[in-house]
Amino acid sequence: MALEIMAKATTPIPLDLAFRVEAGELLALVGHSGSGKTTLLRTIAGLWRPEAARVQVNGRTWLDTAAGVDLPTHQRRVGVVFQHYALFPHMTAAQNVASAIDHLSGSAKQLESERLLELVNLSGLGPRKPSQLSGGEQQRVAVARSLARRPEALLLDEPFSAVDRSTREKLHAEVIALRAHLAMPVVLVTHDMNEAQLLADRMVVIDGGRMVAEGSTGAVMSNPEALHAMGIREAAAMLVATVDRHDADGMTRLITGAGPLWLPKVEAAPGARVRVRIMAHEVMLARSRPEGLSAQNILPARIVDLQPGDGPAVLIRLALGEDEILARVTRRAVAALNLAAGDQVHAILKSMSIARDHINAG
Amino acid sequence: MRLAAWTVVFLLPVAVFAGRFLAYRSFGGKGFIEALVMLPLVLPPTVFGFYLLLAFGANSPLGQFWTSMFGQQLVFSFQGLVLASVIFNLPFAILPAQRGFEAVPVDVREAASCCGMSPMRSLWRVELPLAWPGLLTAMVLTFAHTLGEFGIVLMVGGSIPGETKTIAIAIYDRVQTFDDQGAATMSAVLVAISLFTIAVTFWLSSRVGRRLS
Repeated sequence: MALEIMAKATTPIPLDLAFRVEAGELLALVGHSGSGKTTLLRTIAGLWRPEAARVQVNGRTWLDTAAGVDLPTHQRRVGVVFQHYALFPHMTAAQNVASAIDHLSGSAKQLESERLLELVNLSGLGPRKPSQLSGGEQQRVAVARSLARRPEALLLDEPFSAVDRSTREKLHAEVIALRAHLAMPVVLVTHDMNEAQLLADRMVVIDGGRMVAEGSTGAVMSNPEALHAMGIREAAAMLVATVDRHDADGMTRLITGAGPLWLPKVEAAPGARVRVRIMAHEVMLARSRPEGLSAQNILPARIVDLQPGDGPAVLIRLALGEDEILARVTRRAVAALNLAAGDQVHAILKSMSIARDHINAG
Repeated sequence: MRLAAWTVVFLLPVAVFAGRFLAYRSFGGKGFIEALVMLPLVLPPTVFGFYLLLAFGANSPLGQFWTSMFGQQLVFSFQGLVLASVIFNLPFAILPAQRGFEAVPVDVREAASCCGMSPMRSLWRVELPLAWPGLLTAMVLTFAHTLGEFGIVLMVGGSIPGETKTIAIAIYDRVQTFDDQGAATMSAVLVAISLFTIAVTFWLSSRVGRRLS
């Protein structure tokens, strides 16, 4: 089970790219609004027909403009979570989910609908109408409904953009937990690099309808082309860490490959694995271990390489034990410290510079 | 009353499909079609009735076809009156239906097809329940307007008792024969029926509105 798409169009926005998503893989389509990412998703679902396109899912051709194949949307086994959920307002949550179950009937259908609501932590809320649910709950109903058809491809169109930040954090964690149940290819459209980095296995960065970068999230995040498209301030790396202990002053000690990392209270039990997103512009470098510094985290690191940008900054890849992070410093600093690939340095990170929604279970 | 009921019966499917089509599609000449639908609203009933009379007459292709099919005239018959009534009620049925379907969000319709619903199933399960207030308004307006229609009915139907006589024409006849008492009673009945149907519509649509919000 895999999804392959090729699309070419000139209107309403230029489009020219092709990619493949494997079964069970979560691919993030990242780009600014107007870059064509939602149009691609709509092409897969059959809600949009580019001038030339081919969509193949699970060995079946859904769309092939050259061969004149074009399955209507309702015949494509697709699950879609819309940006504003698009729940049926006149149906209850359970009816919304059941409306998409076409392989069962009667009480089996009802049971399946209940099972799906349970899967998204909504058991008991089945009889409520969408208007009686919070934004986060509506989003969960939409997720349950999208899975109800047993889709061969799951498409998520900015599904976390309409909820507040704390709800978003919870939903992110739930999607990570839900991944074990998803055997189909999943495409997530987002403009949020943090979200893409937290949730996706692979990223495709789109700009002006073209693919500017593609690969594992770590590789894309240090890819200059991708950063050019997304904005250099988005440069960041994921560091995998294990929660060690919580202290009384509200700090949490994490263990990383390169040493301990102190962060403001992390909502996870000791022993849990978390992924921490470290923004490149928040990382400072020092030749020798500094003394008398307020920053809580000073980790030994080795410079892997340096990528000068167009402006006054240089993006530096650092090896921290097994992991890699990114640091973005000025050319002037690189010259003053005489930094070169292979050098041993100290990476300095303020605990308070890590945003709460940049720490996720996983 | 019979005329109003039959008009609603024939016009409802027309309103559903034409309203839905006009609400969802945009195409060249859409403005012209919408203007055509609106025409009965602005033309004097006599002008409209005159054209219908020409179109339905024994010498017209439609009139001849009807006579050969059913062995009777289309003009001055109840069937002819229903057909005329359907046509001059088009704006009262199609416009509210169109507004009703326009109120169904695009992404909700798309979600229906992404849930595996065929277009007919989507219409039945999702669109009709959501466009319901508009369709109800369409039906009630058509019903009430047919009850009150006078000019076209007189032009196309004549005033044949038991065949093409409507309440409005009956009132006119009463007034002509100085039967003020009869005219007053019938007028009061017409006012009561109209008021009742419109009140019920408002009540129902506010209930539907509450259900959806």
